[in-house]
Amino acid sequence: MINSLFLINHSGDVFLEKHWKSVIGRSVCDYFFEAKEKAGEPENVPPVLRTPHHYLISIYRDKLFFLSVIQAEAPPLFVIEFLHRDYFGECSETVIKDNVVTVYELLEEMLDNGFPLATESNILKELIRPPTVLRTMVNTLTGTSNVGEKLPTGQLSAIPWRRSGVKYTNNEAYFDVIEEIDAIVDKSGTTVCAEIQGVIEACIKLSGMPDLTLSFMNPRLLDDVSFHPCVRYKRWESERVLSFIPPDGNFTLMSYHVSAQNLVAIPVYVKQSISFFESGSAGRLDLTAGPKQTMGKTVEGLVITIHMPKAVLSTSLTATQGSHTYDPTTKVLVWDIGKLNPQKLPNLRGSLSLQVGAPKPEDNPSLNIALKIQQLAISGLKVNRLDMFGEKYTPFKGVKYLTKAGKFQVRT
Amino acid sequence: MTDSKYFTTTKKGEIFELKAELNSDKKEKKKEAVKKVIASMTVGKDVSALFPDVVNCMQTDNLELKKLVYLYLMNYAKSQPDMAIMAVNTFVKDCEDPNPLIRALAVRTMGCIRVDKITEYLCEPLRKCLKDEDPYVRKTAAVCVAKLHDINAQLVEDQGFLDTLKDLISDSNPMVVANAVAALSEIAESHPNSNLLDLNPQSINKLLTALNECTEWGQIFILDCLANYTPRDDRESQSICERVTPRLSHANSAVVLSAVKVLMKFMEMLPKDLDYYGTLLKKLAPPLVTLLSAEPELQYVALRNINLIVQKRPEILKHEMKVFFVKYNDPIYVKLEKLDIMIRLASQANIAQVLAELKEYATEVDVDFVRKAVRAIGRCAIKVEQSAERCVSTLLDLIQTKGLWVELGRLPLLLSDPAGSLLYVTLGRTSVSGPSNQAFSLLCGPRYESVIATLCENLDSLDEPEARAAMIWIVGEYAERIDNADELLESFLEGFHDESTQVQLQLLTAIVKLFLKKPTETQELVQQVLSLATQDSDNPDLRDRGYIYWRLLSTDPVAAKEVVLAEKPLISEETDLIEPTLLEELICHIGTLASVYHKPPSSFVEGSRGVQHKRLPIRSGSGESSESQDPGSGPGAPEAPTAVIPSQGDLLGDLLNLDLAPPTAAAPPPGAASLPMGGVDLLGGGLDSLMGDESEPLGGDMGGSPAMGSGFGGPAAVMPSSLSAPVGGGLGDLFDLGGGVGMSMGAYVPPKTMEMTLTNKAMSVMADFAIQFNRNSFGLAPAGPLQVPTPLSPNQTIDVSLPLNTVGPVMKMEPLNNLQVAVKNNIDVFYFSCQYPISMLFVEDGKMDRQVFLATWKDIPNENEAQFQIKDCHLNSDAASNKLQGCNVFTIAKRTVDGQDMLYQAMKLSNGICVLTELRVQTGNPTYTMFPSELQMFPSELQMFPSELQMFPSELQMFPSELQMFPSELQMFPSELHMFPSELHMFLSAPLQVSLKCRAAEVAQCVFQCYEAALKN
Repeated sequence: MINSLFLINHSGDVFLEKHWKSVIGRSVCDYFFEAKEKAGEPENVPPVLRTPHHYLISIYRDKLFFLSVIQAEAPPLFVIEFLHRDYFGECSETVIKDNVVTVYELLEEMLDNGFPLATESNILKELIRPPTVLRTMVNTLTGTSNVGEKLPTGQLSAIPWRRSGVKYTNNEAYFDVIEEIDAIVDKSGTTVCAEIQGVIEACIKLSGMPDLTLSFMNPRLLDDVSFHPCVRYKRWESERVLSFIPPDGNFTLMSYHVSAQNLVAIPVYVKQSISFFESGSAGRLDLTAGPKQTMGKTVEGLVITIHMPKAVLSTSLTATQGSHTYDPTTKVLVWDIGKLNPQKLPNLRGSLSLQVGAPKPEDNPSLNIALKIQQLAISGLKVNRLDMFGEKYTPFKGVKYLTKAGKFQVRT
Repeated sequence: MTDSKYFTTTKKGEIFELKAELNSDKKEKKKEAVKKVIASMTVGKDVSALFPDVVNCMQTDNLELKKLVYLYLMNYAKSQPDMAIMAVNTFVKDCEDPNPLIRALAVRTMGCIRVDKITEYLCEPLRKCLKDEDPYVRKTAAVCVAKLHDINAQLVEDQGFLDTLKDLISDSNPMVVANAVAALSEIAESHPNSNLLDLNPQSINKLLTALNECTEWGQIFILDCLANYTPRDDRESQSICERVTPRLSHANSAVVLSAVKVLMKFMEMLPKDLDYYGTLLKKLAPPLVTLLSAEPELQYVALRNINLIVQKRPEILKHEMKVFFVKYNDPIYVKLEKLDIMIRLASQANIAQVLAELKEYATEVDVDFVRKAVRAIGRCAIKVEQSAERCVSTLLDLIQTKGLWVELGRLPLLLSDPAGSLLYVTLGRTSVSGPSNQAFSLLCGPRYESVIATLCENLDSLDEPEARAAMIWIVGEYAERIDNADELLESFLEGFHDESTQVQLQLLTAIVKLFLKKPTETQELVQQVLSLATQDSDNPDLRDRGYIYWRLLSTDPVAAKEVVLAEKPLISEETDLIEPTLLEELICHIGTLASVYHKPPSSFVEGSRGVQHKRLPIRSGSGESSESQDPGSGPGAPEAPTAVIPSQGDLLGDLLNLDLAPPTAAAPPPGAASLPMGGVDLLGGGLDSLMGDESEPLGGDMGGSPAMGSGFGGPAAVMPSSLSAPVGGGLGDLFDLGGGVGMSMGAYVPPKTMEMTLTNKAMSVMADFAIQFNRNSFGLAPAGPLQVPTPLSPNQTIDVSLPLNTVGPVMKMEPLNNLQVAVKNNIDVFYFSCQYPISMLFVEDGKMDRQVFLATWKDIPNENEAQFQIKDCHLNSDAASNKLQGCNVFTIAKRTVDGQDMLYQAMKLSNGICVLTELRVQTGNPTYTMFPSELQMFPSELQMFPSELQMFPSELQMFPSELQMFPSELQMFPSELHMFPSELHMFLSAPLQVSLKCRAAEVAQCVFQCYEAALKN
């Protein structure tokens, strides 16, 4: 499976390497650097590369490349999935450097002979406690270490995702239903394609071994789902409820996908006209945003991002609402509108000045939209109730809904 | 206080300092020192000099310190084998530690120390650990066997560890099972012929049980192992599939893909007519779609695999085209893969959408992507041959906006690609048997004559060799149609020596072609080019080709003509497909590197340690296997294989047994050499597109296909809406169109009309409406233009009535009364199809004499008789007769037998077909016989959703609105009949029996529908 792992920063320095089998020289990364050079943008580096003796599988996250080297036939998804597991929450060069020994210990725990060993963060935290400021101080004073002494009991039980002996004074269970709308809208305002990616994030702080059952008002909406391993698939198949013993803390309970065209509401529309004049090195821009199908809720955090053609030097625009910035190096125009007021539609208009002598830009800039709608799951999904078995106390329960724009794109 | 401090010391005496610290008495200081050593090691500094000092720290009861020392040992033991021996004792001791964590850690670390001397000492502790009481230790030991095997395979076999490992497959702990499987799989890779993993139904059962309980990574190992098993029969295969299917809902995409692999493989064994087969196909689509919403790297691997799956079983994703639409911010490698799959999924049903998308992509910034998008249009024309014309016009649209491209300096790119694509289209459609004129007319016909002109105009600006070569090929190929072909080619000849080889070769061939077509004017030119190629060039390829042409022309011009102007082989869709046996092997490797590279693992796995070639199992139902192995081939498959030029990858292998007879193969037209070509035109036929009789393709965005509800009504009957199921996908809420064909009530000569309700849901005004019907069974056609009074403003609704006649072109439709309609306006074209009641075609002179009726009835063979029942209809025979009369169904005679009224009726269709019927009406008490049978109609649904049915009634009351969203589920409701039996009885009465005879047996169903409609209203 995975032979070695290299962590490479933005400027191409290897700052951490780990080998699970024999040591593979750093020179293997040269093939990767070559590909990186060719791709230009770091996002465009192909994830699977072939070298004469090895295969390089890489992902790009938080301005870091995680490059794994494999020698024999192996499932690349396996490797990529593994690389995507995070332990530190935020992962940056400084964070890793600050915790280099912990990272090294973790990697050793996570893989054995290149086989994943333990990747549930619950177990890892039990094996090697994440360093916190407080614990570091305590450790220095008392001389204890971050490494857990106990055998991680959960790892062998039928429910490896939950650590044992959990105790809380306040027992709470919160669920966030978060939906992202991925859509392409063409220039006439017609939806080319639209789908909803939903996740249910759970934050469970319950003592003991609670057995939870979450039911929906309209489970029929969900026909394409994937679950955290804790969810009992049989119950879902037969009763359409989520029955599970939760891991402790934060985790993604379920993700789902709604692609039925009629169910995907498009919350906003953007009327746009971006034109460039034949002569005079200038152009005009006029944008208006308005609510479309918002189910009576307010659209917040509306941001429109436009990647301008290369020839656009600067902009001179006025917005009726929000702020706008144009970055002449990346050619990105950002219009941060904020809350969308249906009575007074925000408008951004003005002129664009182009490089003198440059030809009229050919490509139509495309608009990316970010937005948020609180207390609404745009697919209409609603949680009905949460029941707990196996423990006696009454927990606090809560559900929050949030709709966001995912890859929401308007073509011009 | 963070670890970054360890990176800061870069002083000279660092090693020395560390040495001192390691030997310190203070535990804390020791640990800090080891941490510093590890930190240096992680960034690649050589700290091996500290080996003895670090090993000295090993004997400690501090777990963290122990782990750190172990980490160090693993890295450096190899370089210091003699020193490493020092550590052995501690390892052996740790393997007996009461703490299982330490036992496991020790055995794990020992396996990682790749020193022969140490491995000898490892055997005994390992044997103990494999039988340890603690599963955590057992599972670690299982992996250790694989490590040891990697270091010393012979030792592992001699010590009998392999058998112990096999026993672990039956372990009670699922994690141990998973790790044992993982270890065995890895060992098996280097022993291709050993029976390490000989799976039998019992062990499969154990694996399936463990599958449900182990971690996600364990599931991957087990699934990959299952995929190597070949079930004995289709039942076993089905039961494995059933138990693997839940894995499709796993959050880990690698688990999902491994499960897909198992299912794709075992599905092969299932008979296609099995219900379960269909269910499985349906279940496969959603997880594959979900993979595409993951991170781009995952998407890439998923897309490469979907590419294989789509080729093997296109039906799985045929409705999911839209998820492959390219998003602006997708990384380029994802974009290119999506594009490829889009073409593979393109079909007549979605081609308009695909072309609209491709056109959009052609205006993007990335040159590479634009090129691929433009080529994709060409490939679409090959894939969906009915759309060829539409593809050409899409390409032309792109060229026509060339003003923009010229300014950009990217004209050559665009021109070469449409030139290439047009060529592709042309070549693809040039059939060996048919005239190539049709293809040429695509290029140079009256509509497109400007294409060649445009292309020729811009010859000078083509600086890319590929573009020049493509252009020259076109001029040579169609020399007889291009007046100034000789001038054009001559102009290239001036700079012959500065051209690239590709262009030179092309020019040579083109001029020879020109000479063979117009020998009189071009003799000088051909001599010039032949001498340029043979005497002035030192390129062997060019010289040889020149000599070949020269000799051909001088010895036998007729033969030369046959060789040079030979028919070109067809380009067909298969050219792009992966060769079937390779595809099968790749399907068995879904999720692995092989599936990403689309190459068999043997071709690239390091050292190719004898990887077995995997094959899909053969279906037990013998007849179907050949069909399933050849996914692309249609009915015309048994054509001579020599006619197929395989895709480039296989050319070498086939060269050896290449028959020299076909001249095309011996001297392939150079212009086409860069194109993968070959294949047999299995599709055949012309451009019988949906709107085949239209003079102008109704191109453009299918952006908003209509969401419509259309209904047709007969004179005395308004059809129930269930008959008017709208056909065609509804993407948009843009445009509502309700259609209905009917005749005005009471009119003596009922004019046929189509009633439509048009609603504009777009944001802009619609105007310039036009309507067109596709050819249909009875030649229905609009009798006048579509009269939409005003431009339709947003949200406005109008009712239109369109007069119809039956003099249009005729083509048999399925179902018979299906009508395909296109409505065009200034925004877009909307296609829909609907079914009209056949009663509107009944003419008034349908009455016939009793004797004639009797004779005709007897005359029509009995096998043409169809019988139907009309349920829930409480009419006596007179009422029925009257009602039917209103639809021009005439009662010829009536008699009563055994309490049954028999009505004999006749009707005549507008095209002269007569239909005779016998209608039996029960006059006695209504019976309830229907009830049980109706319940039996839905037993399957009852079994499928028992729980839901219990929940449903209440939900119904709670969410009436939801009901509208799930019309399909409404079918389940009959089962609710249980709850309201009393209500039911009211609707049930004896069915009316209709016996129907007609020479054209296929109209029976339609006539019956109209009977039912008429009688129920």
